[in-house]
Amino acid sequence: MSEVLRYRPINLGRWVVWGFTALVFLCLPLLLENLFARSLMAQMGIMIIFALSYNMLLGQSGMLSFGHAVYSGLGAYFAIHALTWIARGQFAYPVSLLPLVGGFAGMLFGVVFGYLTTKKAGTPFAMISLGIGEMVFAASLMFPGFFGGEAGISGNRTAGGAFLGIPSLSFGPDIQIYYLIAAWTFASMIAMFALTQTPLGRIANAVRDNPERAEFIGYNTQRVRWLMLILSSFFAGVAGGLSAIYFEIVSAENVSAIRSGGVLLAAFMGGVTFFFGPILGAVVFTIFAVALSEYTKAWQLYLGVFFVLLVMFAPGGLSSLILMNLRVLKFRKFKRLRDPYFGLILSAVALALGCVMLIEMIYHLTLDFALGPQIKLFGFPFNTERPESWVFAVSVLAGGALAFEYARQHFRAVWGEIQVEIEDWIRDNPEDT
Amino acid sequence: MTAALELANVRKSFGKTEIIRDVSLAVPPGERHAIIGPNGAGKSTLFNLISGRFPLSSGTIRLNGADITGRKPFEINRLGLSRSFQITNIFHRLSVFENLRCAVLWSLGYRYSFWHNLNKLADAEDRAEAILKRIGLRRRRNIAAGLLTYAEQRALEIGITIAGDANVILLDEPTAGMSRSETANAVALVRDVTQGKTLVMVEHDMSVVFGLADRISVVVYGEIIACGPPAQIRADPKVKEAYLGTQAGGH
Repeated sequence: MSEVLRYRPINLGRWVVWGFTALVFLCLPLLLENLFARSLMAQMGIMIIFALSYNMLLGQSGMLSFGHAVYSGLGAYFAIHALTWIARGQFAYPVSLLPLVGGFAGMLFGVVFGYLTTKKAGTPFAMISLGIGEMVFAASLMFPGFFGGEAGISGNRTAGGAFLGIPSLSFGPDIQIYYLIAAWTFASMIAMFALTQTPLGRIANAVRDNPERAEFIGYNTQRVRWLMLILSSFFAGVAGGLSAIYFEIVSAENVSAIRSGGVLLAAFMGGVTFFFGPILGAVVFTIFAVALSEYTKAWQLYLGVFFVLLVMFAPGGLSSLILMNLRVLKFRKFKRLRDPYFGLILSAVALALGCVMLIEMIYHLTLDFALGPQIKLFGFPFNTERPESWVFAVSVLAGGALAFEYARQHFRAVWGEIQVEIEDWIRDNPEDT
Repeated sequence: MTAALELANVRKSFGKTEIIRDVSLAVPPGERHAIIGPNGAGKSTLFNLISGRFPLSSGTIRLNGADITGRKPFEINRLGLSRSFQITNIFHRLSVFENLRCAVLWSLGYRYSFWHNLNKLADAEDRAEAILKRIGLRRRRNIAAGLLTYAEQRALEIGITIAGDANVILLDEPTAGMSRSETANAVALVRDVTQGKTLVMVEHDMSVVFGLADRISVVVYGEIIACGPPAQIRADPKVKEAYLGTQAGGH
């Protein structure tokens, strides 16, 4: 009789998670009232959609794309042109639904370019996607009529007039555009999650794991990859459409390899194994690209270092890091990790401080030499011409590095011990997992 | 009566080397047919030709009367032929249950659907569960397939092969690398899951072959040198000389 009962407790958990996400989206801008925080959150939303759409390729279907910005960028171009037509009164269409224009434009190019790229898998796919990315970027400079040349195309998001006939809703104020983006982000997240729970979504995983076997259970793997790419490019286009509305400008940068690389970085940092990984990655990436770049010119260097460290020490990304720790917590063994973590974090902070001091002083000497030798680091004045500053920075760095290496070895020993205990338990109790 | 599987003058060359030389074979529906032969005789190549993995050099292959020469693997599968692999070929990151559910989706007509909720497809779930029970892996249902033991992976391999309910089943060395007790289990499983179906299998273990097969084909250097019921094959002087004989005489 047990086969007949279909009890799925996981669905309740899902409702809680989605409800909580919606609550965060709703309340966060009310808690953080400043302009910068809201702009940061709006950009996070756009990046979340983009990174999740990218992961439909990389994490779910095993396609490493180097040209995903093609679909978001072209979607953005179509959306900004549509916005221009709306402003001129040639196109009666609500601004709030412009992401759909971006989505369908992205999807159209997904149909065309995807047909070429998804004929192959693996490295050839990656290379063709890179080639198409370069091709579209070159085209964006060749056809200034559509792409707007160096300056790009700009628009005005309030051009559509009042939303739902309410005069004060024009998407001009930052809070209104935030909620528009939040609504699209939430809807896209749900849609993309739902897609992972469909026959196509699961077969895409099968094609990722073993394309040959998928052929022998009746699936045309080229078709599976193509369909996944088409759907993915739709959501990339939605993200592009939102960025067109938000920034009110679209330029060649939107289709560039920098964007394509950025979304790869974001998805990978968050982790491609789990659905929520790219969401985390998008949040962290935006913090680096938008918030950190406000403080330092070296933000890309820090992002690069962070990325390399993640790939080296936590190849599953932030999401797997979190889940591994949750597992330790679930098995009630986290207490033993508390002290090792404390040492690890403390020494890592010292190491990072030393690095940052050195990097900032070097950047200052090479790029802002004209501004004089004084800089402010973490609120303290530093004179980049005095040797003491350098000696101080190097000693913090060296001390941090030594302490970190010691703490790391200690942590690794304890961590390994705990993992072995957990694995043993799981092996002995297969029914309880 | 049309044969379930019919090969006519099949040839396959890799470069100048002819691996399969003029093989003709007809397997009637419901027969359990074994292909035996020394290493390198071309048995696996024959399987790869039948299942569409490699193109033929010449000749024709018919499945339930339909010409499948030059068709792609997924097309041949949809026409009712399913195969297993000598080297385990599963979806290693998906759970055991998901492996089986993927394997039933096409035959249940869900194709490339992105508008069905997978978890609400009771027919797919029931069929996957039934196969899970049949191959004896219910306790391992939610474990990633890559973490199973070798014998369990072989059982899953057979499970995936039969899940789509194809009527012609090709098994490539289903008991390779197994211990004696594992082999006995595998034979019982193969016998069970191929009831009412046509089975063609490549196998090295002679006790398995003579225990399971209704007819046996002996392939040597890309040719079928003998074909018939087990007793006839055992008595065939050509087979003794070319295959069984070398083993018996050599030791």
